[in-house]
Amino acid sequence: MSYFSSGAWWWPYLFILVAGFAATDIWRFLGVYLSGKLSEDSDLLVLVRTMATALVAAVIGNLIVFPGGALAHTSLGLRIAAAALGFVAYLVAGKRMVVGIATAEFLLLAGLCLNF
Amino acid sequence: MSTWTSDATALRSIWFLRGVRAAFSLPGLILVSSFIGFAALAKDAGVTATQAAFMTGTVWALPSMVVLVGAIASGAALPAAILAVTLSAIRLMPMVMALAPEMRAGKTRQCVLYLLAHFVAVTSWVLAMERLKRVPPHMRTTYYAGLGGTLVTTNVIVVTVVYAVADALPSAVSAALLMLTPMYFLTSLWGSARERAGHVAMVLGLVLGPVFHIVLPQIDLLVAGLIGGTVAYGSQLWRRKVRAA
Repeated sequence: MSYFSSGAWWWPYLFILVAGFAATDIWRFLGVYLSGKLSEDSDLLVLVRTMATALVAAVIGNLIVFPGGALAHTSLGLRIAAAALGFVAYLVAGKRMVVGIATAEFLLLAGLCLNF
Repeated sequence: MSTWTSDATALRSIWFLRGVRAAFSLPGLILVSSFIGFAALAKDAGVTATQAAFMTGTVWALPSMVVLVGAIASGAALPAAILAVTLSAIRLMPMVMALAPEMRAGKTRQCVLYLLAHFVAVTSWVLAMERLKRVPPHMRTTYYAGLGGTLVTTNVIVVTVVYAVADALPSAVSAALLMLTPMYFLTSLWGSARERAGHVAMVLGLVLGPVFHIVLPQIDLLVAGLIGGTVAYGSQLWRRKVRAA
């Protein structure tokens, strides 16, 4: 059963509650339950963190390489260059997110204006 | 009623409002921009405005929401969507584990902590970890309720507004909005990584995501997460062994 597979008005909401709310909040609740019981530096938690980080990074990669909507009409080279240079700017500016995001957006828009 | 009680109540509302004010900060503004990006993404996937607002309030973790929208767009079945979202949300557990002791004071009830844990996501967590130290221990749950509640409410409104105006935007602006989410994650994820293994995992995930999107489109995120995470963890163990030798 996918998100759009049912005509019932409530199905998408149930889908969000089960696959979104429950799947997310279970970890928040477990965190409260386990706080003080399990060290955050335990090896198991390091593995859990690296897996979650890799998964979210995979999302980022897909959003840049296979975007949807209006971003899909831009060239792959422009998107990767804007993101990479934005990230470099973020690092050079002492890990300031605003600088990274603004640089990438500026480069993307500049590239679009110049028809890259 | 003693004056002490009304004083304590007044104090409580002041700390609540200070929490509210903490939401109107640079990190809060960056978060708003990434929710603008999320709204553009969700609209593109065919999610309605009400559903997107509902998702913002109930899920309240941008990585989970973006993974969920990705699963929706790719036509994933419910179990596959649950797996991908839950794997992306595991990282909330250690974050809550770090934050809960800061908020637990004397007679703080456990159910209050469970309720407040719903507000935990990267931005509110970073703000809270930085500012809770300056809040009196018995006012910390109040402060965090003000901070978290304001962030959620504001962004539910932001998502709704973006849906209303999105169709009127020129395509270059829409493209720029869709670029906000990956840039927000790229920078916030790098900054919040605790250990070097986190950076290794991130680089691996960035490459493996698109690769598995072509090879195994239905479960690309899961496979990239499992492989990238395990290799990054292994590299940390290996480095530790080399250092010890």
